[in-house]
Amino acid sequence: MSADWLFDAALVGLLLMLALAALHAPRLYTSVVLFIVFGLLLALAWARLGAVDLALAEAAIGAGLLGAMLLAALARSRQPALRKQAPASLVGSALLGLLLLALLVPAVLPLQQGAQPLPPAVNAALDSSGVSHPVTAVLLNFRAWDTLLELAVLLLALLGVRQLRPAALATAPGWPLLEAWARILAPLAVLLGGYLLWRGSHAPGGAFQAGALLAAGALVLRLAGLLPPLRWHYWPLRLLVLGGLLLFLGVAATGAWFGDGWLVYPPAQAGLLILLIELAATLSIAASLILLVSADRQELDS
Amino acid sequence: MLDWLWWGSWPLIGAGLLFFIAGTLGLLRFPDIFSRLHAVTKADTLGLGLLALGLALQAQELHTALRLLLVWLLVMASGATACQLLARHQRQLDGDLPDER
Amino acid sequence: MSQTALYLIAGLALWLIGLHGLIVQHYALRRIIALNIMGSGCFMVMVALASRVQPPDPVLQALVVTGLVVAASASAFALRLASSGKPEQDE
Repeated sequence: MSADWLFDAALVGLLLMLALAALHAPRLYTSVVLFIVFGLLLALAWARLGAVDLALAEAAIGAGLLGAMLLAALARSRQPALRKQAPASLVGSALLGLLLLALLVPAVLPLQQGAQPLPPAVNAALDSSGVSHPVTAVLLNFRAWDTLLELAVLLLALLGVRQLRPAALATAPGWPLLEAWARILAPLAVLLGGYLLWRGSHAPGGAFQAGALLAAGALVLRLAGLLPPLRWHYWPLRLLVLGGLLLFLGVAATGAWFGDGWLVYPPAQAGLLILLIELAATLSIAASLILLVSADRQELDS
Repeated sequence: MLDWLWWGSWPLIGAGLLFFIAGTLGLLRFPDIFSRLHAVTKADTLGLGLLALGLALQAQELHTALRLLLVWLLVMASGATACQLLARHQRQLDGDLPDER
Repeated sequence: MSQTALYLIAGLALWLIGLHGLIVQHYALRRIIALNIMGSGCFMVMVALASRVQPPDPVLQALVVTGLVVAASASAFALRLASSGKPEQDE
């Protein structure tokens, strides 16, 4: 039993216990806080498995922004008295889970020896992709279609929230310490977001992590009461939200009409195209996420 | 010289871990929120500082060491701010705070 | 047991814990948390499979990054839906 294995086993045990505790905590607030902690430890697990881009994205989006959304939803809804679950249903569900675990583990474990033809193919094509980090190359060149559709999904979620016309969230009047801290943190978030975006071409980083960090900086400003209202009918904001998807579609269509095909980048300009797409996508993701998390009907109506 | 740095980093890392354990013990055992906040913020910040210093001594390049110290400064600042905000919120819930801020 | 096998089983267990939470819980917020835990279980299985080779498989990791952002968008919409109804219809 090496030290590495013990560390992994302890991390996995903590993750499972946190997941169970988040689901069965007596208060909803405790559930949300435990879920945020679960997200941060999950980021550590991703780092252990060598998925550093995913660790950055999980910490920023999965723990940070999702936690903020959960807390906002908790603040908006009334807190009902929590009903006790019938012990019979808990025990029945637990037994079902154990049975399924016993059935699924022998089915999944043989996958450990599967053949993997894709990594050598990615490495062979990496030089012509325009970036030198494999995950960025896959996200923005080889599987660019997935990333385009992902931006569309984010836009769809925002449009859905607009339809709901959500009511405003009452925040506490400004606290001087929070304002000072937001004034220090927001420029730092912009700096770190820009660094992560630039770094994505040769090391873990990229548009999604940078966009989430920018949205987090804007959220801290909003909680301190320092962010001006973001009105949807102000066209630069709409342009910011739609810009990533539109630029991506424009590059794809230009490739289809004048070049080699839909979303096929010419190898000479691939690096520049990826940088431009990532820049527009970062701003678009940041704007969409801050609207998703904290906008209300006054800001979202056109 | 490098050997000495490596050997000197382990007591720092060990001391950092001790402070983390002390902070967590305070979090679990103290009776009310203010003493718990006090224990966690102070002990964890010092523990993180010692840990970051020890890891910085083990780092291969200078910019890794500088990044670790930057991480410590940021966590210290955000921890102190969060502690203040939580304590202030609790005082508002208790009704101790006058209405003007 | 190798690291890959440990995280494969952990991913399955997380997925089943999320499913258990979805079956047992009544409150919308808890169900959304349960769905997210199920999603994290799927991601853990995929990233464990990506770690079978060194350096890790970039395609699976890119798919999981995409999946994470999509799950966060869907959760954001679901949370707004859950908190937009009248207080009596909170469950």
